[in-house]
Amino acid sequence: MNRARLFLFGGMTLAVAALPAHGAEWYGNVTAQSRLFDKTSSSADQKRSYTSLSFESTFYHQSNSGRDLFAVTPFVRVDEHDAERTHADLRELTWVRVNDDSEWRLGLRKVFWGMTEGVHLVDVINQTDLVENVDGEDKLGQPMINLSLVREWGIVDLFILPYFRERTFPASDGRPRTVLPVATELAQYESSDQENHVDYAIRWVHSIGDWDVGLSWFKGTNRDPLLQPGLNGAGQPVLVPLYKQMEQFGVDLQATKGDWLWKLEVIDRDTRSTHYTAAAGGFEYTFIGLFDTQADLGVIAEYLYDERGVSAPTPTQDDILIGLRWTLNDTQSTEALVGVILDRGSDARMLSLEASRRLGQDWKVALEARWFTDQPTGDPLYPNRDDDFVQVELSRYF
Amino acid sequence: MKLRSLLVLLTLLPLSIAAQTPAERGLAIAQESDRRDIGFTDSQADMVMTLKNRQGEESVRDLRVKVLEVQGDGDKSLTIFDEPRDVKGTALLTFAHGADPDDQWLYLPALKRVKRIASKNKSGPFMGSEFAFEDIGSQEVEKYTYKYVRDEAVDGKQAFLIERYPVDENSGYTRQEVWMDQAEYIPLKIVYYDRKNELLKTLVFSDYQQYLGKHWRAGKMHMENHQTGKSTLLEWKNYRFRTGVDAGDFNQNALKRAR
Repeated sequence: MNRARLFLFGGMTLAVAALPAHGAEWYGNVTAQSRLFDKTSSSADQKRSYTSLSFESTFYHQSNSGRDLFAVTPFVRVDEHDAERTHADLRELTWVRVNDDSEWRLGLRKVFWGMTEGVHLVDVINQTDLVENVDGEDKLGQPMINLSLVREWGIVDLFILPYFRERTFPASDGRPRTVLPVATELAQYESSDQENHVDYAIRWVHSIGDWDVGLSWFKGTNRDPLLQPGLNGAGQPVLVPLYKQMEQFGVDLQATKGDWLWKLEVIDRDTRSTHYTAAAGGFEYTFIGLFDTQADLGVIAEYLYDERGVSAPTPTQDDILIGLRWTLNDTQSTEALVGVILDRGSDARMLSLEASRRLGQDWKVALEARWFTDQPTGDPLYPNRDDDFVQVELSRYF
Repeated sequence: MKLRSLLVLLTLLPLSIAAQTPAERGLAIAQESDRRDIGFTDSQADMVMTLKNRQGEESVRDLRVKVLEVQGDGDKSLTIFDEPRDVKGTALLTFAHGADPDDQWLYLPALKRVKRIASKNKSGPFMGSEFAFEDIGSQEVEKYTYKYVRDEAVDGKQAFLIERYPVDENSGYTRQEVWMDQAEYIPLKIVYYDRKNELLKTLVFSDYQQYLGKHWRAGKMHMENHQTGKSTLLEWKNYRFRTGVDAGDFNQNALKRAR
């Protein structure tokens, strides 16, 4: 992102902040983040420590007795080294009209579909903001027209997605990244409409007793690019993202049986070159009031499958996720989640730790760590074998 | 068949007239309290929660609660969090069901994710406060069995003292003592006993106000934990009734747009 755009964006954010506050709300956070890597990279561009500052805020207004809702959520991050990670996005710029049994939702929005914790297979509407985090949980705002219909037999969402957004990737000095940097400026598309290809999606969700069920269909540009070796303008080797067309059917299920949550996601994805099934399923069991304290301990186990096997561009094709979620239920909302993803075909393991705690009324500290161990050559995570890191964040909420 | 039911009736009749057992009387008081609040249709209110630890340090939570009365089942409610700011926009949708476990969905605004949560977790603390989920949830008659103990005044107000025993085995309590105002059938005080039947908490209701000429709501609810020395004060403000909300304001779409 160049400096002029960043300033323009900053100006817009300030303009939003200066809007009259009648019947409106304004809230958000400023976060300082530091990422420390355990080992020196073999690439001279990459550093051992990255510090960045981010700002996210929502301006929210409702009128017409709550029938019209307007929200805008700008986000910006400035990174010490990685020019691609210094970026801004409108996570949300939306207008919602609420009717008795339907809702119209227009603009840039974020949508989440699915149930499982290890992977989010059915969740295909928003593009991943990969420079934010390697876990792919951060998403870019997606332009959409969404009609939501509420019926006795469930909620049906119809989507028209008129514009496609490319995945973000770290620059050559960013970390962690792919072996070769990704040249986003060279992105290629299967469709001649490129990013203007209009995508469509339908989703139905319903709760029947203990069961929550979702069915979804999507037709349009695959959010996951294929990364192909190529050369950039300076003749250096890079990876070039290729966005193909796809059609996907998805099912997601959760059965809530006492302290057990049983979860399943299955997709059938069809592209011109491949047609495959992927699935994730398992459970989360919670020990309530562990050892007579107020704390809860959740045990998560999921099996992650991809029909494409070792040729899948994803690291999870025949893997087991084991996780522990520790919730203290204290005044500071202290919680921690540790997880390990074990590859059944090799000794590759990916460990992660996420923990957070509120400080006082308006501050929060968060810790995150990832370890990549015993990745064999050819594993999608092999390039990250030296990228173990610890990340500390301090946020001020307002 | 007819004769048999008549005989059953005849054997029961004198008993209920002659003497109500303590269990029957306790249940009757709970049912009367429930009956008197029927017909509020829906309500909305703002809540400020002040948590105090043993050292006297305070932290504050702000939330808003919408309730829809459901005939023949437990009420539906939507709770929206405003403070602390890091949980701003988080919302909880609850469908209460008499003696059966409630259905609960939590909305996490940062991920835009709706999660169905295990509602058996009723003994857990609500937002780190001294109130458990089961203390602030819809108090359906079927959630307890009852026993009338005696008449006993609270702060000069005539009250029935009844004991109630949670039906759900996952409750954090063996029993609760409830002082129910004799004139209005509203709770004045509740004492909670933990799973070991030891004194755990005392809840005192105050600043009651009547709405629509019928429905009493406490302005303040003060919960003191005798085992930890911590306390939580709930202050209810801006109560509104019959605001015109309907079932459409208590589904996943409503949960996602609540903020």
